[in-house]
Formats: sequence, structure tokens, C-alpha cells
Amino acid sequence: MTPGLPRAIGSKGSDLASTDSAHRAEPTRRDFLYIATGAAAAVGAVAVAWPLIDQMNPDAAALALATTDVDISTVAPGASVTVKWRGKPVFIRNRTPEEIEAAKAVPLADLPDQNSRNENAPTATADDSNRAAAGKENWLIMVGICTHLGCVPLGQHGPFGGWFCPCHGSAYDTAGRIRQGPAPENLHVPKYEFVSDTQIRIG
Amino acid sequence: MAGTSTYQPKSGFAKWFEARLPIVGLVHSSFVVYPTPRNLNYWWTFGAILSVMLGVQIITGVVLAMHYTPHATLAMGSVEHIMRDVNYGWLLRYLHANGASMFFVAVYVHILRGMYYGSYKEPREVLWILGVIIFLLMMATAFMGYVLPWGQMSFWGATVITNLFSAIPLVGESITTWLWGGFAIDNPTLNRFFSLHYLLPFMIAGVVILHIWALHVSGQNNPTGIDIKSKDDTVPFTPHATIKDSFGIICFFIFFAWFVFFLPNYLGHPDNYIPADPLKTPAHIVPEWYFLPFYAILRAIPSKLGGVIAMFSSIAILIFIPWLDTSRVRSATYRPLYRQFFWIFVATGIGLGYLGSQPPEGIYVIAGRILTFYYFAHFLLVMPLIGILERPKSVPSSITEAVLAKTRSGHGAAESKA
Amino acid sequence: MSLAGLAGIAALALVLAVPASAQEAEPAAEAEHHEGATAHYPIHKPEPQSWTFAGFFGKFDTAQLQRGFQVYREVCASCHGLKLVAFRHLGQEGGPHFGEEEVRALAAEYQVTDGPDDAGDMFERPARPSDYLPSPFANDQAAAAANGGAAPPDLSLMGKARGVSRGVLWALLDFFTQYQEGGPDYIHALLTGYDQQPAAGVTVPEGTHYNPYFIAGPALAMPKPLSDGQVTYADGAPGTVDQYSRDVSAFLMWAAEPHLTERKRIGFQVFLFLCIFAGLLYVTKKKVWSGVSH
Repeated sequence: MTPGLPRAIGSKGSDLASTDSAHRAEPTRRDFLYIATGAAAAVGAVAVAWPLIDQMNPDAAALALATTDVDISTVAPGASVTVKWRGKPVFIRNRTPEEIEAAKAVPLADLPDQNSRNENAPTATADDSNRAAAGKENWLIMVGICTHLGCVPLGQHGPFGGWFCPCHGSAYDTAGRIRQGPAPENLHVPKYEFVSDTQIRIG
Repeated sequence: MAGTSTYQPKSGFAKWFEARLPIVGLVHSSFVVYPTPRNLNYWWTFGAILSVMLGVQIITGVVLAMHYTPHATLAMGSVEHIMRDVNYGWLLRYLHANGASMFFVAVYVHILRGMYYGSYKEPREVLWILGVIIFLLMMATAFMGYVLPWGQMSFWGATVITNLFSAIPLVGESITTWLWGGFAIDNPTLNRFFSLHYLLPFMIAGVVILHIWALHVSGQNNPTGIDIKSKDDTVPFTPHATIKDSFGIICFFIFFAWFVFFLPNYLGHPDNYIPADPLKTPAHIVPEWYFLPFYAILRAIPSKLGGVIAMFSSIAILIFIPWLDTSRVRSATYRPLYRQFFWIFVATGIGLGYLGSQPPEGIYVIAGRILTFYYFAHFLLVMPLIGILERPKSVPSSITEAVLAKTRSGHGAAESKA
Repeated sequence: MSLAGLAGIAALALVLAVPASAQEAEPAAEAEHHEGATAHYPIHKPEPQSWTFAGFFGKFDTAQLQRGFQVYREVCASCHGLKLVAFRHLGQEGGPHFGEEEVRALAAEYQVTDGPDDAGDMFERPARPSDYLPSPFANDQAAAAANGGAAPPDLSLMGKARGVSRGVLWALLDFFTQYQEGGPDYIHALLTGYDQQPAAGVTVPEGTHYNPYFIAGPALAMPKPLSDGQVTYADGAPGTVDQYSRDVSAFLMWAAEPHLTERKRIGFQVFLFLCIFAGLLYVTKKKVWSGVSH
């Protein structure tokens, strides 16, 4: 009843193998035609699918908002500000000398995640010097999103004096490194630069 | 959707599933082994083209709704955001905007094909009426979609069309106020139009399913208008109709792409790129091209209520065609007189469309009245009278006989017709 | 069939001929009531110009867009906004394509309002590429108040928001020639259409300027904006009103349709693919139906 496409395509192997036979030449050409048409249909379907998928990616306007300038001149030691960057909170903390000392005193081996998670130093270890701003070790700049499931941790809370996520109990130390709880990674440090001593540009 | 299925599940799972939900069998009987007349010409591919266009409109529409904001102050900005910054947003919007026009191109061809070959005649009356309902839903959907960019034509088009209801005696004013959700077209109107514009296509899809169901109950008409008499008269839907429809669809897509990529604003109006201004009507407002014939009929009657009644009647009258046509023969192929009046009717429709685009003054008004009269006369006078007066040509006894006669008389001629 | 065809064509011809003769009769009708409410403007239709972005292979000329932006910036921008265009758009490939640093520097020349700051106040800061071009007036009312009651329209969509109908026969032809440049043709015609003497019987209202190409009347509130030598091009293009108008029209077309170049490029590929695919389907269809006379 259906002498059409499915069977014809299914039998391509044997037909292609016997092109020498003049008797077989006709079915071979037909099979090739069906395969070519089917392939063109597949190419078309993929080409149509891509714009439909890509339209959900961040648009050009969202991508253009990739940098945020922050004035930090008013942030005293022991104080923090939270700014929005790409719709996410970024913690900017002016750490006290005690916090810096506490962070430096932790041996690398004690850390569940020994990667710096710092986009400015991607392959470095999680030493405090690789987490804080280069040459300005009092400044700690991190994306304020728990690496477990995306909640915003509370500052200066929890057993390590750093950040504590109220959702599932992940505790971070004064360098924003994961020390306890379900989060797998240290808080991420975004790309940033000091435009001047009092101005940073995130992103 | 046709009778009992001949589908035989092979694997254990397929048997298990089919016993619980025989959907594969349904598809198999409706779109694989379904007997389709062997003599269908390319005008018959427009049903498949319309199904695909409905799919295109729904898919691009759902995607556009992810970026569109139905608010009077933000709507145009969000449309322009789609055009400028959303990835492939310009493509999706132009596909959707021109897709609406293509949908109407296809539906007009489809309707006229039905009128030419008598596809509305017994036993296909319900099938035909379902089609008229789809057409009405399409018009409502297209109209509300055109309002969404909130340009000048959107705003004033919406104003004029909703004001049609104010012609209804006694309750007209209350109805328009209710439609607007205010005392003029404003944000509440835009918001509800968006909601309904999103809803109606799914209602269209529902009626399309009924339309196809009814089609598969009565069987397809064909260019001879003769019923299927034996298995020889048919070929299985797949691969024969499938491949022919596919070819038709891709040819239609070439036409579609010509607009989308090279003439994306050809069918639109420049004024709709001017933000809506409730204090200033454009000098010359016109609806989208697919409404022009009906707009011309509206303007042809020098009375508010009369014009509105005439316009709605011009569509409603389609419902009665199955009973207005008195001929015993379905296809215009065998109806030499009707065939000529059919083409005059087509020309009348095109003429009304042209007049709808012109300012309502001078000779345009007179021409509009003449053509409006003829539009209705075609259904109310020509169709019933010709059926009685005309002497149809002799009709072959079967589709196969008609096909073989045509093939004998020269293969080339047969090809160009088929 | 031939009879039916003839009947159809005759009816169609009748329909088309009636309004055509109506159009010929128009000048007389216009003279009769030349200030009538439905007078037909513009007085002259724009001359179609040659544009690099027209047609099947059309694309924007980057140098022209950069010159057009210069004209906009130095002349138009004092009254007309371009609020849908962001500075980052000026760096777009297929558009004006300024370099990244150029865009940054260009943006920094503008002040935009941002805020509120920590004290709750709005403040001014230099623009960044992600900012949109600031409009010269805070709102339409301010624009109207500063311009004798007529608010200068925003130009973001002007390339597509104007078009003079050329009649049904041209429209049919335009389908094949892909004519979509009514907007820039109109802008060019308007900008070069000043300094003409009004025809007898045309009254120019106080405070308006005669321009036979204006779409909504015999005269408009905008005075002649461009004169020879007004803008100095760096690339040596002639400093004439015609050249300025051409460049700024092209620029405004880009502003209205920034993805035109990409659209036509993809369109060509789609077209090629669909033609090949249709060819394959046709041959496949012939094969499938080869045993069936129909």
C-alpha cells in the first residue's frame, strides 16, 4: 500500500552496492533523490530552528549592559555595598585587617574548593591574595550568589565570619571561600578593574 | 479521522500503546493510507499550505510574545526592541507580520478553489461552514494583531472597527464602551486585544481539526466534482499527496520569503511606524489589504447601520452558498456559464479591494456601489439562476474515466492542468 | 476557458480603468476646491533615487552612513531626537560600523541623566555605549513649546514612516523590483525641495515654509535645514545640500531598519535554498507519481 519513501530509503544499502547492474541503475537514482530531498528537508528544519532558539538568548541590549561603574570612596573599612551587575548582586567589601588575617591563616588544604574562582586570575589557587583585589588586599569583590542554588548569602554571618546562605546553610569565610555546607564552589569573583583608587568597573 | 484503521502495530510496545490510545492508527488512517482522489491539482495543496501557515503564525507569535509588552506606552518600544536587539527578532516579526498576509492569500485561493469546483455542495455543507467560521476567526485575529504595535494605523484601525458596533441600535454605545474598557481606545483595549490575539489562533486550530474531520468524513472533492466510485479513483495520501503538498508548500514559501526578506513593509502602511496619537487621525486611513473588499462594501452604503450590516452580510452570505447554488453539477469544469461568472466574481472582489484602498470620493463611491451590488447579486441572483438556466456539459462517469480521457488527449495538456 | 478569461479580464480592466480616469480628472477637481479638506499632498511626488541598499543584493554604504550620522549630529539633532538608536548601534557591522573606541568616545561627548543616586537625586553623567541617544527636548510638549507649536518628530523610524503612494500600477511593478525606498526618497525630496516658488493659488500659512514635497500640506513648520558647505566631510565627499540629504536619508533608513544588510544577505541564502529544495521536491514528486496518470 505504501511503496513510498520509508521502504525506498531503507533499502539504499543494497541498491547502492550494485550500481554496476544497468537493471539496478534506476532504483539507485531514485534512492539518491529521496535521500537528497530528505537531507534538504533536514537542513531546512535545523536552519529554521536556530532563530527560534537563539531569540531566547540575551539580546543585544542586555549584552551591552555588561559593565557597571561603582564609586567606592564612601565604603569605610568593615563596610560593604551591594551593587547590581547584569541583574545580579555584587558584594564589594572593604575588609578589616582582622578579616584579612583570618583569611590568610587558613591553609589551602582546609578548603573544599581550592580554585580561586576569580575571573581575573582564572587558574590560580584559592589563597587570599588570589581572591582579593590585586595590590589592594582590603577589597573583596564577589558575585553575591551562593554557588549551591542561587540564593543571596547574608554578609558577616555564620561560623566563619564571612557569608552565610540562609537557604541551605552554606558558610563562606572572610575571603568568600566555601567552608561548610552543600555549596560546591567559592563565591565567584567577576572581572573588574580599578579605574581609579575610588572607582571600579565591573565586567 | 477516517473510518477504521488498517494500521497493524508491530512491536510489543506499539501494540500495548495502540490498545490504550490509538493515535498512531488515527494518523495512519488519516494521513498515510487515506484515499485521496488521484486527479487533485495544485489548487488542492492550499489546504496543507494553510495548515503550515497556521503553524508558522502560532510558533512565531508565541516567540514574539516572549518579548512584546502589551502596554500603550511600551508596546511600540518593545516591537522596536524586537526589531533591533532581540536575536533574529527582525526575522521573527517580519515572518509573523507578512505571514498574516500570506495566510490570507492562501485562504482566498482556498475559498475560491472551493467555489470554482463546488466543494461546498452536498454532502460538504458543514465542512464549508466550518471553513467560513475559520475565516471569521482569522479576520478577528488579524485585526487584533495589527493593533498590537500601537502605531497610528493600529490605533485608528481599532477605533474605526470597534466603532462599527456603535451602529447597533440602543445598545451600540454600551457595547463599544465595553469593548474598549474606557471611553476611547486605550491601554485596556490594547491589553485585552493582546490576550484575545493569543487565544484565537488556538481556537482556529480547534476548528481546523473539525474542518479536517468533516473533510475526511465526506471525502475530498476533486476537479471533476465526481464522487469517488472505486479504489482506482484514489491514491494513498502518503506518499502521493504528501509529496505534492510539500512541493506546494515550498513554492509558497518562496513567495513568502520574497516578502519577508526583500519587501517586508510592502503590505504594511508607513503610518504604522508613527506612534499612536489619540489626538490626530492620519490623512488617509486604510485597513490591511485583506480587509479592503469588505471595507469598500462598508463604505458603499450611505448609512452607518446599513454599511455595517452590508459588511457583515458579505461574509455571512458565504454560509448559505450550499443552498444558493441550485446546480446539480459540482465542478465549474462542466459548467461553462457559471465558470465565466465565477471569474467576473473574482474580478469584482479585486475591484472592491482596489476601491477600498482609495479615498471615498467621487467616482470611487459610485464604482463601489456597483461592485457591492454585484457582489451580493452573484450569490443571490447569479448562483440560483444559473443553476437552473445553464446546460452543463456531460460529466464523465468516474474520476478514472476523466483522467484517462485527459491523458489520451495529450499528456502535456494534462500536466499543465494537474 | 478563453471566454471566461476574457470576461474576467474585461471586468478587471473596467475596474482599473474607472479609477484611472478619475485620477486624470483630479487636477480639475483640485482647482475647483484647492483648499478642500481632502486635497492631495504632496504636490510633487518624490523622485526615486539610487540607493546602495536597494534591491536583491542591496547593502548599506558604511562611509555614507557615517557621513549621514555627521549630518544628523551637526544639523538635525538640535531639534530631532533619535531615541531608539543607542550609541552601541553605531558600531554595528553592516551599519555605520564605527570602531569600539570611537563609539565610546562619541558617547562620552553626550551627557545623559541617570539615577537616582544614593541620596535619591537624578544626576548627569557622560553617556556610555549602552545608552540611547539623548533627545533634544524632555517631552513632546517641551518640543512643541520651543518650536512654535509644532513638535519636531523623532527620526528613529522616519525611514519607514513616510511613503508617498505611487498608484496601483507602480505598486504591482514594485513587487518585482523590490522597491522599498519610499522613505529615504521622501526624506531626500523634502530636504532638497525648499526654495521653490509656490504655484498660484497656494497659500503658505504664517510661520511655515513652502515645500511641494511635504506629505501633509503645501508647507511645513521646519525651515530649510541644510545649505551648501554647512557640514565639512572628512572623506572629501561634496558639501552640497543634495549630498547631505542623500547621506542623512541613508542614515535614517539604517536607523529605521538596522538589520537591512543582514536581512538581504540571509534572504539570498534562504532563497537559494528554497529554490534547490523545491527543485528536489518537484523531481521527487514526479517519481512518486510516475506510475499514476492524473
